[in-house]
Amino acid sequence: MHALFEEFPTIREAFWLTIRLTFASGITALVLGTILAAMRVSPLPVLRGIGTAYVNILRNTPLTLVIVFCGLGLGLVLDVSFSTSLSTNYLWLSIIGLSAYTAAFVCEAIRAGINTVPLGQAEAARAIGLTFSQNLRLIVLPQALRAVIAPLGSILIALTKNTTVAAAIGVTEASLTMKTLFEAHGDAVVPIFFGFALGFLVLTLPTGLLFTWLSKRLAVVR
Amino acid sequence: MSAVTAEPEQASGHPSVPERAGVLYDAPGPRARLRNNVLTVLVILAVLLAAYVMVTKLEEKNQLDPALWTPFLRGDVWVNLILPGLLNTLSAAVVASLITVPFGFVLGIGRLSDHSWIRVPAGVVVEFFRAIPLLIMIFAVMYGGSAVFGLTVTPFAAVVIGLVLYNGSVLAEIVRAGIQSIPRGQSEAALAVGLRKGQVMRMILLPQAVTAMMPAIVAQLVVLLKDTALGFIVAFEDLLNAGARVLPSNFNNIIPAVIVIAIVYIIINLIVGAIATWLERRSRRSRRTTARPVEPPGAIVVPGPAPGVSAVD
Repeated sequence: MHALFEEFPTIREAFWLTIRLTFASGITALVLGTILAAMRVSPLPVLRGIGTAYVNILRNTPLTLVIVFCGLGLGLVLDVSFSTSLSTNYLWLSIIGLSAYTAAFVCEAIRAGINTVPLGQAEAARAIGLTFSQNLRLIVLPQALRAVIAPLGSILIALTKNTTVAAAIGVTEASLTMKTLFEAHGDAVVPIFFGFALGFLVLTLPTGLLFTWLSKRLAVVR
Repeated sequence: MSAVTAEPEQASGHPSVPERAGVLYDAPGPRARLRNNVLTVLVILAVLLAAYVMVTKLEEKNQLDPALWTPFLRGDVWVNLILPGLLNTLSAAVVASLITVPFGFVLGIGRLSDHSWIRVPAGVVVEFFRAIPLLIMIFAVMYGGSAVFGLTVTPFAAVVIGLVLYNGSVLAEIVRAGIQSIPRGQSEAALAVGLRKGQVMRMILLPQAVTAMMPAIVAQLVVLLKDTALGFIVAFEDLLNAGARVLPSNFNNIIPAVIVIAIVYIIINLIVGAIATWLERRSRRSRRTTARPVEPPGAIVVPGPAPGVSAVD
């Protein structure tokens, strides 16, 4: 137990990084996923094809591979650089990987949401002369997004847990920090593990409750 | 079917219209067709531009050097460097699946028990392992095994144990949903003809539930297979290890290697995914169950013209 209190500042830092990773990747994935969903329902077969290909590729690739590709491929070989600090650069590269991967799931969730919008809504929108983008932006997406708050919540929870994979390219978020602490305090493996497990429970359980509440509150009354 | 991306034919209803209308947009007239064609050309140009930028960037860093790509045309590279990794990935996935399935069934049935001393612990186990990241579990098994029990845990064992605990818990939720999706009349009728609780579960509920949850179980196995790649982080010599460590150390070709390995993963997952879809269709038609097919917990199901089920992971 000693080790846990002794290392508390380190653990707090690690979880703060996990939270920032989740937040940055979550926002990016939401934007990218919405664009992908719009592409997948658009009138242009090319855009639909690109959207479908993106989702099928990213959904079937292990996240670890995506992150490793971002870190070693983009970062080391292609010199994609966001910052002069090496650790900040890897942080951004892991955010790219996490967002790219999560966007595929966000896209599918939004597409599922578009399916819940009654046919009459889009038909009425077309009848009053709205174009595809007006129809999507003003009528369908607002209803679709409100219908998929719960699935978006489970995607966010999965993303929170997935940020641990950034450990593959040396980002010192919670899981890598836990490993370092295991090595430093070989006698306190059990308390350290339960400390980190508790940290993740604290992050994921309230997110689940919040999104369930939001999904009920914002549900479209029909 | 009354949804926005329902079959496009329903919306247009004019077989003479050459381009099909979606529900979100009208069947294109002459002007819209022209605009769509112009936009299509612009999109293709943008894609070509992006491809050009990528190729120049790769060229600049000498990543298009044939020496980096030709190893994949050699049989010995596949046999000696890639296939051992693939074999390790598949064996971890198969061993983990074989243990996960019974483990998930025990936990799932346990959660439905009438006895709180079984139901509550099963619930705690399921919720705990579902809430914490798999990688944390894998680290805990590796370091905990040696620190607490004095055992040397191999990366293979750590990956398999982690996968079993996490996926077993998800599977428990699938099993619970599968059993609960069977109409109550089934168990009531079974009890009425004098079967005991255990018999109702074994003879009436489980056989029907298995048909209903088969597609969800196979979909979860795709997740399991993908998650074996986490083993890379604890030096498990899997397929990703072949692509990100072994091949680059021989040919200095990380980008080509990771791309080729990604294609292998995608092909395997598409095959397993296709099996799940096939099972889903079969179980939808099946008369062997009174329940509808269940989805993995939190899965995203898209019906309509471009259907898809994704287990969120």
